[in-house]
Amino acid sequence: MNNPTALSIGIQRGKLEIKQFMRQRESVVFTMAFPLILLAIFGSVFSNTIADGVTFSQYFVAGMIASGLVNTGFQQLAIMIPMERDFGTLKRLRGTPMPASSYFIGKAILVTVSMLVQVALLMAAGVAFFGVNLPTGVDKWLLLVALLILGSACSTVLGIAFSNVPKSGRGASAVVSPVVIVLQFFSGVFFIFTDLPQWMQQVAAIFPLKWMTQGARSVFLPDSFATREVAGNWETGRTFAIIAAWLVVGLIWAIRSFKWERA
Amino acid sequence: MSKVISVSQLRKQYGQTQAIDGLDLEIEQGEIFAILGPNGAGKTTTVEILEGFRSRDSGDVKVLGFDPATKGGAGQQWRDRIGIVLQSTQDAGDLTVYESVSHFASYYKNPKDAHEVIELVGLSEKSDALGRTLSGGQRRRLDVALGIIGSPELIFLDEPTTGFDPEARRAFWQLIRRLRDEGATIVLTTHYLDEAEALADRVAVIVRGKIVEIAPPAELGGRATSLATISWRDGAQVRSEKSANPTQRVTELSAQFSGEIPELSIKRASLEDIYLEMIGGQHE
Repeated sequence: MNNPTALSIGIQRGKLEIKQFMRQRESVVFTMAFPLILLAIFGSVFSNTIADGVTFSQYFVAGMIASGLVNTGFQQLAIMIPMERDFGTLKRLRGTPMPASSYFIGKAILVTVSMLVQVALLMAAGVAFFGVNLPTGVDKWLLLVALLILGSACSTVLGIAFSNVPKSGRGASAVVSPVVIVLQFFSGVFFIFTDLPQWMQQVAAIFPLKWMTQGARSVFLPDSFATREVAGNWETGRTFAIIAAWLVVGLIWAIRSFKWERA
Repeated sequence: MSKVISVSQLRKQYGQTQAIDGLDLEIEQGEIFAILGPNGAGKTTTVEILEGFRSRDSGDVKVLGFDPATKGGAGQQWRDRIGIVLQSTQDAGDLTVYESVSHFASYYKNPKDAHEVIELVGLSEKSDALGRTLSGGQRRRLDVALGIIGSPELIFLDEPTTGFDPEARRAFWQLIRRLRDEGATIVLTTHYLDEAEALADRVAVIVRGKIVEIAPPAELGGRATSLATISWRDGAQVRSEKSANPTQRVTELSAQFSGEIPELSIKRASLEDIYLEMIGGQHE
């Protein structure tokens, strides 16, 4: 006799999700290698110094680490879940005693593992090739951990919520990817945020990615750079408050809108 | 015998269409029950309401004593006791047969052994093959394996043998009978009348959201007592006539021919004849 719980099944699902992920070569490449390729291109092309002791490459690495939270959570899930809906995976699961929460625990495990791998790869590449310094001091490491946990959770629930937007699994990538890329442009990943037009900055400030990139800069760039931010400081409190607010919005949106079947 | 499923006055409307229009149904423990009906008659809607996938507008539904529309955690206890084999799916292509089946086993309180189930559905040789490398028929057997891994008391099968070759269908029917012999109740929707005839203890015909008749396949539409058609050769001519007393008529003919009746055949309406008459009469 088994005595499955939502958590034990969720952990089983997490293992299975990772196994499936590793076997889909395209998704491994797309999710893991693409940010590294971007890093290699942008980091090499724009190697100028933007402030005392800060190169554009370092600025970009911080932005790409924040983007990693969006890629592995929001983008991955908002593309994957509509496909699972089309394939009948979700309906089949709905017909079993598996609790709904186990499915989401499994997804959260997948996101966490792929996020950690991606962040580690980007940090390693940043340190090895672009003169990025690892955070110094316990407080910066704690800040990084807090940012990764909260940012990833936010990105995950928004990905689950947004999975109801694409009309089909096949079209999901075409709907989701532009959203991410536009947000990246607006949020100071590819360009220095303060160089962007005012209106773009204001739009970006509504969405969490801008705050994730700013948080990542507060971890990876020297504190002297804080004066170059919009507010003249890192705005750590506001950063976490806005990401947390999006986490709540995403959670409510996901719970209310999630569909197990293509309507 | 206890009722595994009881439905009374079930109704469901989609927009202006009354998909289910006052449907009554009782299914007993240990039977194989087939639901037949033309496309759009309400078969799928009915079954999906029984499976808890869709809501109903009105009527009473009990499946294993439980209302499938119940929200919340109680549904999980209930789902532990049923197995659902949906129409073709193409998920889990990156997992092996064994990985899928043993994973699904972890959802249930009292699962069967994954290897045994794989053997039972005839996929032992494909146990380590990835889902996406399976043929249509093998894929379907994997679906069945995933549906029965939890030792269900009640199994729903939605058009289970679509795309099977004749041999695979016979093997599949054996499997269904075996599950029934082990005590499961089986609800089957199918387009194949020979499948219903070979497997089902009783058949329900649904037309336009209502049950037209429920009967054993041999008795559907008064089939067992319908007139038999006797035909034989009389000289240069093939003659045929309908008779309520075919045995008596054959005895007479036998006397007339003093022994063997040339090219004798006696036929009753096939299930297909009866079915087409039923849905045709109700349909247009």
